[in-house]
Amino acid sequence: MTTTHSEPLAYPFNEEEGLALNEAYARAREAEGMIRVKLPYGEPAWLATRYADARFVLGDRRFSRAAAVEKDYPRSSPGTRDNGILSMDPPDHTRLRTLVAKAFTMRRVETLRPRVRELAAELIAGMKAAGEPADLVEDYALPIPVAVICELLGVPTVDRPKFRVWSDAALSTSSLTAEESEANREELREYMAGLIEQHRAEPADDLMTALIEARDVRDRLTELELIDLCVAILVAGHETTASQIPNFVYALKEEPARWEKLVAEPELVPAAVEELMRFVPLGAGASFPRYATEDVEVGGVLVRAGEPVLVAGGAANRDALVFDDADKLVFDRADNHHLGFGHGVHHCLGAPLARLELQEALSALVREMPGLRLTGDIVWKTEMLVRGPRSMPIGW
Amino acid sequence: MVKKEMSWNVEVDPGACIGSGMCAALMPELFSLDGAVARPLTERVDADETVLDAADSCPAMAITVTADGAVVGPRP
Repeated sequence: MTTTHSEPLAYPFNEEEGLALNEAYARAREAEGMIRVKLPYGEPAWLATRYADARFVLGDRRFSRAAAVEKDYPRSSPGTRDNGILSMDPPDHTRLRTLVAKAFTMRRVETLRPRVRELAAELIAGMKAAGEPADLVEDYALPIPVAVICELLGVPTVDRPKFRVWSDAALSTSSLTAEESEANREELREYMAGLIEQHRAEPADDLMTALIEARDVRDRLTELELIDLCVAILVAGHETTASQIPNFVYALKEEPARWEKLVAEPELVPAAVEELMRFVPLGAGASFPRYATEDVEVGGVLVRAGEPVLVAGGAANRDALVFDDADKLVFDRADNHHLGFGHGVHHCLGAPLARLELQEALSALVREMPGLRLTGDIVWKTEMLVRGPRSMPIGW
Repeated sequence: MVKKEMSWNVEVDPGACIGSGMCAALMPELFSLDGAVARPLTERVDADETVLDAADSCPAMAITVTADGAVVGPRP
């Protein structure tokens, strides 16, 4: 076991354009112990890249997210931020999570499937009616999850251009100064506070109304927690899925045989979605460091109390000790327990909804646009926590 | 007659569990995720709100808590 701290490597490793997993991750996975990395801001951190280590850190209560708030935690932008529910530990985290968990269980989410299917069909019909080229992002990948999360939460879908700007900024990694990102967060909070007031005056059958009831009647959360929870659901509820839809198409099209296989056998789509969740490293790098609250051994390293660990889920998902042919897309992989939705108490709250949206979005494309092809250059998002095309011109 | 301590039965449906690690991270003293799916370390537990929280939080709704055969968690 090692406790020495070697010179940290500059991080994140991944290129922002494309979806490649930088080879530095394979070296880190094969190295003894864990490597040290340094983000543009904050203190250096350990980097967990092996599946067992990643799952251990994410699932062990001795690693705290809340502790990061007090620290000069590793990050990509100068400003520090409180990430709401993602910066909490149990029991505070549990108190908020249980309030919303019900809305996102597999059973509840399954009732939304017809609506998601209808949205996908309408958008495809719209693209066909408008003619080539279409932008897979703006015309398809964004409107589906935005409409679903807006309807579920109780946010007017027509406000999409407005909150898209704030949402982008919320996930931005470096283009904004600390003051700019603070101002942005306040604007988004103000917008949400306004919607909450509207819902107080006119309750509706949506999640926002249910959360208001949890605050006003049962006193389960503070007003600021209510606002930030709604903001988190809105932002997390669309940005990742909207990125993964074009990412999945891109990954499938990189080797046309992958796409053709789904066109021929669309019943493989659910398994393909799981495999793509494993295969596509969404983030440019690991974020949301976990702080050890006591000395803990991880992967042959003694992490000292007060030290941060970053968990590279994308690298862990390619660990050959767990996944055969880890660097290949294999649609019929048995027991695909990937970490694409994270693990532990912060396991993606919306995972069942994201799965369903990705399944329906991909399924509709392979059925209705089997000849889908790129008709121009993809413009990739830059300086964002999640990677993906900003625009992706397609024909069919 | 001695008053019976309130205790519950906890079950994890291995067919429904997706191994999210939610329960094991929340209550390591009750749930273990040493394989692909979680399992309760003991079937009977003292009544405790956190057990219901775990059942409520499970994204797969794989945890069932019962008191004398009646379902108490996940809560409706």
